Amino acid sequence: MIRDITIGQYYPVDSVLHRLDPRVKLNATLLFIISIFLYETFYGYIAVTIFLASIIMLSKVPLKFILKGLKAIIIILLFTSIFNLFLSKGDILFHIGFLKVTKQGLHSALFMGIRLTFLILGSSLMTFTTTPNQLTDGLERLLWPLRRIKVPVHEIAMMMSIALRFIPILLEETDKIMKAQMARGADFESGGVIKRAKGLVPLLVPLFVSAFRRANDLAMAMEARCYRGGEGRTKMKPLHYGRRDMIAYIILLVYFAGVIAIGIYEKYLPYFNFKL
Amino acid sequence: MEMIKVEDLAFEYIRRNEEGDVESINRAIDGVSLDVNKGDFIAIIGANGSGKSTLAKHINAILYPSEGTVWVNGLNTVKEENLWEIRRSAGMVFQNPDNQIIASVVEEDVGFGPENLGVPTEEIWERVETSLKAVGMLEYRAQSPNKLSGGQKQRVAIAGIMAMKPDCIVLDEPTAMLDPDGRKEVISTIQWLNQHEGITVLLITHHMDEVINADKVFVMEQGRIVMQGTPKELFSRIPEIKKYRLDVPQVTELAYELKKAGVDIPEGILFLDELVQALENLGA
Repeated sequence: MIRDITIGQYYPVDSVLHRLDPRVKLNATLLFIISIFLYETFYGYIAVTIFLASIIMLSKVPLKFILKGLKAIIIILLFTSIFNLFLSKGDILFHIGFLKVTKQGLHSALFMGIRLTFLILGSSLMTFTTTPNQLTDGLERLLWPLRRIKVPVHEIAMMMSIALRFIPILLEETDKIMKAQMARGADFESGGVIKRAKGLVPLLVPLFVSAFRRANDLAMAMEARCYRGGEGRTKMKPLHYGRRDMIAYIILLVYFAGVIAIGIYEKYLPYFNFKL
Repeated sequence: MEMIKVEDLAFEYIRRNEEGDVESINRAIDGVSLDVNKGDFIAIIGANGSGKSTLAKHINAILYPSEGTVWVNGLNTVKEENLWEIRRSAGMVFQNPDNQIIASVVEEDVGFGPENLGVPTEEIWERVETSLKAVGMLEYRAQSPNKLSGGQKQRVAIAGIMAMKPDCIVLDEPTAMLDPDGRKEVISTIQWLNQHEGITVLLITHHMDEVINADKVFVMEQGRIVMQGTPKELFSRIPEIKKYRLDVPQVTELAYELKKAGVDIPEGILFLDELVQALENLGA
């Protein structure tokens, strides 16, 4: 089941998007999310849709793979849309039993659905095209100024990358412990929620013990290799903005300015009766 | 020139109860002295709990002596200002290959040490390449360590140490968790580095067949060095070795038993060819 969730996975192909600096992609995602929630206009959404579609094309990640990511959130999506549809106050359009559908409800249900879909598509596109390491590197550099207010930026980034390194190891270990406990008669599958939760104890305790042991070993290995925090450390793969990244920033700014302009001057554009 | 000098070293693990009073004292190392020269291949063997790992951790300044002194490259390990230089010049490889690889890409892990030392970027790349080449793992540089075998992971760990340009490598049971193929891989890598790069090696192990190529072997038991000498000298004293709960390489044991049974062959035979030669001479 875990394998079905494609959000947050890296999709290894070689595209312009993959080669961009991770900082560009992080900033772009942030800007994109803001642009989705900025205005509720028809023309604005055309701009957003065109932008998203062209980025998906550029990324060379197959559309099918991207849409699979939506599967994980489809329930949340339906819930928000349905609640918006039936529970909004306003001018009543029609009734279904005791539920009434209002103009405003239809409107916000539609927009909420589109917004959430775009939000997921946009942010998962970032993880599809950026390796976890690049992502933590990018975050470290972007958050670097926060060190002034004593945020341990380097330490957080180091923790993230170590966590990423150990996820597969700990998964494997979980599997091993599970089999070992099953061989001794542990039952992880039958019973209700409470019984199952209780059944996890003989799995979690050894897992935690081993995780702490690993952490201890790793800390020692890191110290033995002269690790002493971020101070005076150089980078094997430092981040440098290239021409490509500058162009990407320019395109991004043009897009963002465009969305804002559409939002402001919408009333001068040919009237389209979308705002029911 | 002395690479490592240990003088009257003693180390105590002190266990305290909740009030902070001393509950028990375990003297893990008890008066050990040894000298290691530059370029030597030294092996330390001993059964579990003999104090050999504790000794290794003193050389990398992970533990500090309770009594006595340890010098690495002429630097006293107790002095704070020497700490990083000692850790750079005496790299350490640990037992569990998974728990000492930090990055999720092989080359980035090898670059971790030089990054910590503040080496400029271009030089890190050069060092990573030469160290991966030295352990024969260059073709795996872009891979995830999770996909490597135990022996390969251990070689990556050795490359990670090599990238810090150490004078000496301390290996704390590097083969304990490996299969026979992985063990062979790692041991031959260590030997190659010793012979071709002139790296001083301090190998801690309890596999006797890994020490037969060492220049000098120390046997530890209950925190003390109880035997020392070349592998040949040591293995001519088989009953003594067995007393310390250690195995003897099969060939050596066979030769020993033959000799005991009255066959006229020399003492301390370590290699198969050697035994064959000795037996052929007998016939002639």
